[in-house]
Amino acid sequence: MPAHSAFARDQWYVAAWSAEVGRELLGRTVLGEPLALYRTEAGDPVVLADRCVHRRYPLSASGLDGDRVVCGYHGFTYDTTGTCVFVPGQKRVPRTARVSSYPVAEVDAMVWVWIGDPELADPDTIPRAPHLAADGWVTVQGMEPIDADYGLLVDNLLDLSHETYLHGGYIGTPEVAETPITTEVDEGAGVVRVSRHMTDAECPPFYARSTGIEGRIQRLQDIEYHAPCLYLLHSRISPTGQDSPAFLTEITYAITPSAPGKVYDFWAVSRNFAVDDAEVTTFLRDFNHTVVMQDVDALNLLQRSLDTEADGYQELSINIDTGGLAARRILAKLAAG
Amino acid sequence: MSGAVYRVDWLPGTDLLSGRCHCGARHEAEDPVAMWEWMLAHPDHPTVSEEEHTP
Repeated sequence: MPAHSAFARDQWYVAAWSAEVGRELLGRTVLGEPLALYRTEAGDPVVLADRCVHRRYPLSASGLDGDRVVCGYHGFTYDTTGTCVFVPGQKRVPRTARVSSYPVAEVDAMVWVWIGDPELADPDTIPRAPHLAADGWVTVQGMEPIDADYGLLVDNLLDLSHETYLHGGYIGTPEVAETPITTEVDEGAGVVRVSRHMTDAECPPFYARSTGIEGRIQRLQDIEYHAPCLYLLHSRISPTGQDSPAFLTEITYAITPSAPGKVYDFWAVSRNFAVDDAEVTTFLRDFNHTVVMQDVDALNLLQRSLDTEADGYQELSINIDTGGLAARRILAKLAAG
Repeated sequence: MSGAVYRVDWLPGTDLLSGRCHCGARHEAEDPVAMWEWMLAHPDHPTVSEEEHTP
């Protein structure tokens, strides 16, 4: 793959979890564009360019006055559309005094921002993860920045055979790497599906401790990757040879390129069992955070290693990479426009 | 929008990949890079009926 995967513009990206956006300004960089996020008094999310038009001070380091952003350096004040409505010491506000505002949509407990031509933004095209906000489901979530090309995170998530080695003793067992996969690519929808169905597998601690299952399990992993940003892993666990009791866990990732060589790894684990058990919630949050950090450390290391490679380095792909290769191609196509 | 679906099965117990293009053409390969190259050559790969009639 190239040193840095090209960015796909004219797409929706997750800029934050809904819970992260409030009455304090939040700074994020998406596809190299610095953004300032906040919520109006009525509760609507707003995304503005994170640079004051005056001296480029980050608005995310500034404050709110009602629904307006007041630059923390000289007080230039912007409304929710990015129009400057006040400058210090004079009545005339220069006509060019405005910052870009971005199309934004809050869907399934995530704040999505459109990066590209605002005229093309259609919130109805945002892929859905309804379990994140549905009644009867409990979700633990987080976000980790990674100093790696976003393509490395896509590769990581499309090929779960790495669970056996990188996450052994946590979510990985020998059967994951040993079990053949089925890959489907829906070209028009930009969706890659990778399925790995294990009929008789060890139960890793992640599932043993959250479900209480003892002994071996049937473990079904069905990935849906909606390029470029949303990744869903539908996980179904039941005792070997039985279809019930079945435990459904939805593992969600939003893969948001931040800058060349940097990506936000938004992660969530949702379950519809033991929903009132706080101990299970705490366990899944802590345990999955550990798993995510294993990926973060590995991808940071991998990127540093790749940065020392000469241009045009060679890779070798095998059967486990069938889905990842498909995802790379779709991303390259989206980036080409 | 949904449309053309490509499918690749890794045949259990083997190292073989079995691919099926949305046009119905089928192909086997041991290398996913070669498999996608064949798949994406559509429509310039043999259709099922042509393959069946190839001696």
